[in-house]
Amino acid sequence: MRDLLISGARLADGSSGDLGVSGGRFVEPGDVRDAERIQAEGLLALPGLVDPHTHLREPGREDAETVATGTLAAARGGFTAVSAMANLDPVTDTAEAAEHLAALAARTGSTEVIVVGSVTKGLAGEQLSEMGLMHRSAAGVRMFSDDGRCVMDSLVMRRALTYAKTFGGVIAQHSQDSRLAGPGACCHESEISGRLGLPGWPAQAESAIIARDVQLAQLSGGRLHVCHVSTAEGVDVIRWAKRRGIAVSAEVTPHHLYLGTREVEGYDTTFKVNPPLRTDEHIEAVREALADGTIDMVGTDHAPHARQDKDHPFDIALPGMLGLEQVLGVVIEVMVDTGRLDWAGVVDRMSAAPARLTGSATQGRPIAVGEPANLVLVDPSARAVVDRDASASKSRNNPYHGRDLPDPVVATIWAGRITYRR
Amino acid sequence: MRHLLSAGDLSLAEATSILDVAEEMHTIQSRQIKKLPTLRGRTVINMFFEDSTRTRTSFEMAGKWMSADTINISTKGSSTSKGESLRDTMLTLDAMGTDCFVIRHGSSGAVAQAASWVRAHVVNAGDGTHEHPTQALLDAFAMRRHFGTVDESGTGGDEVFAGKRIAIVGDLLHSRVVRSNVLLQRTLGSSVTLVAPPTLLPTGVEQWGVGVTSDLDEVIEGADVVMMLRVQRERMHGGFFPTEREYTELYGLPPQRLARLKPGAAICHPGPMNRGLEISSEAADAANSLILEQVTAGVSVRMSVLYHLLGGSPE
Repeated sequence: MRDLLISGARLADGSSGDLGVSGGRFVEPGDVRDAERIQAEGLLALPGLVDPHTHLREPGREDAETVATGTLAAARGGFTAVSAMANLDPVTDTAEAAEHLAALAARTGSTEVIVVGSVTKGLAGEQLSEMGLMHRSAAGVRMFSDDGRCVMDSLVMRRALTYAKTFGGVIAQHSQDSRLAGPGACCHESEISGRLGLPGWPAQAESAIIARDVQLAQLSGGRLHVCHVSTAEGVDVIRWAKRRGIAVSAEVTPHHLYLGTREVEGYDTTFKVNPPLRTDEHIEAVREALADGTIDMVGTDHAPHARQDKDHPFDIALPGMLGLEQVLGVVIEVMVDTGRLDWAGVVDRMSAAPARLTGSATQGRPIAVGEPANLVLVDPSARAVVDRDASASKSRNNPYHGRDLPDPVVATIWAGRITYRR
Repeated sequence: MRHLLSAGDLSLAEATSILDVAEEMHTIQSRQIKKLPTLRGRTVINMFFEDSTRTRTSFEMAGKWMSADTINISTKGSSTSKGESLRDTMLTLDAMGTDCFVIRHGSSGAVAQAASWVRAHVVNAGDGTHEHPTQALLDAFAMRRHFGTVDESGTGGDEVFAGKRIAIVGDLLHSRVVRSNVLLQRTLGSSVTLVAPPTLLPTGVEQWGVGVTSDLDEVIEGADVVMMLRVQRERMHGGFFPTEREYTELYGLPPQRLARLKPGAAICHPGPMNRGLEISSEAADAANSLILEQVTAGVSVRMSVLYHLLGGSPE
């Protein structure tokens, strides 16, 4: 691995200068030898991005994504770490499954892969999975989630929060009341769902579960993370809980920051996602919450699907959309260019906060001598029309296809190695 | 017109043209030999992913009386994403040289999706809880004839709808008939009021530009047409209303409520009926019931729709 000398980059705090990289860490520019030069004048150097919520589909659905393709897409999006959700086949609910995934990632990954274990065995919502053994395994699992499904049973949720406390684990909940928003629910309940005749998914099906869970977190003293917050009501509950000092964090996806319910009017299943795309007042609420810190971080919920799983009627097609490659562009478009978030804020919401959540020691660190060399070089003014066929992902369910968006990532460096360069 | 997917896609001129041509087709229905050569050599596939007797038969007759080669395919659409995708099913049949698909599907939007994938013309014969545009057209056809008789102004023209008050009553949440009727009647110029228990009103219905109430007695006396919608049996166990008895009392058309209709007001029902639940036999069989006229109108209107899509010179 050659040393690197990155010249002229500006940091999020406004300072600028040269950066040396050697042995996987930042060093003084004078301490590199035979270094590859990267001209970064006019570019911004940010700590590598960390995704708290990624679906890599391997093992199980390697036709839709693999660890190799998913993490390559992540590197192209500026990430140096992603969190592999547990809804794989087999489900990551044992130490063996977690270690298998970690080993696979070590062999084929273009980013660090943080292994997320399931909360319950087989995601069935009944019996706790082997959280302690997963934590003690080589994968060192700290975050647990049945994402894709909600842990509906209040008692199971309480026990999970309590049990994970012993090793500092966090329970990441997919908040969806399965009675208020059943399996068929596929469109934000609104004038649009009524007109299109699509089963509605009301905002309260999310906020009711968040309200229950923050109180269970308080009761148990455990840590709760709320996946993909999509509603104004959900934001309100989290704001209330944080004021009470409850240990809760939250994420928002790029699509809930950027895309609205209207996208589904043509029944294009690319826009079918769970929770569904919401209306303007909710989009405004999650943007505001991300700006003021009520929502701590951005999580992509990158969810690749093979074409044949999307070419079905809207209520039957699988939910989910890509996000890794466009998320930084979306955040620049809706948060930075609008003055809601400065670059230090972007670093916090997309690197430091998710690294804290997942307990990563090497990610989300400042760009400073001695720190792990995880870095993304950003050109904030570059724009491009998104082409879904230009993706590193195996899947094409890209909701940004054809849209003009910031296209900021110039290069990504993970542990001193260039993982993507434009 | 390339497809008929939504009643909202029809302009007043198009809707009127379909109704006018249907009037001509109607005369054929009373002939002993009911056959026109118009669609000879054209192939119409009736694809029913969901059970239907009357709509499928009606479309089949419409195609056959116009000399089209009609093929019926009844297939239980996969209710999961495991089977053959809808896109592959459609592309396969399209590749055989089909001229027109008439599609009924249990999923809202599935017919529009299918239309985006094929070369052939597509008629929406009912998609999920979304739309059923030919039902709305046949309802309008039956109403127009009825108004024409009542007003003694003949059957022609769309002006007969102006100022007419139409109450649509029942399970609006799950009804594709109501969405198409609201869109078409708005184009035709009548005044629609929707009546349902609050649990069976679609979200956002107050933005549809029609009247909405949960009190049937409020509108019964002023209505020129009362359209009773079927309450599906499976909904009764969904907790949408307490009991059948209460539903019938509040939202049905029992004799005592029937008696409050103004003279000449028509009773419609898209069928199949639950006699004794949303409609009493007295109402269904009343002299001013259009229920069988609706069925007859179905064939005429569907002939007209096929004519409008396929009858011109090949595209």
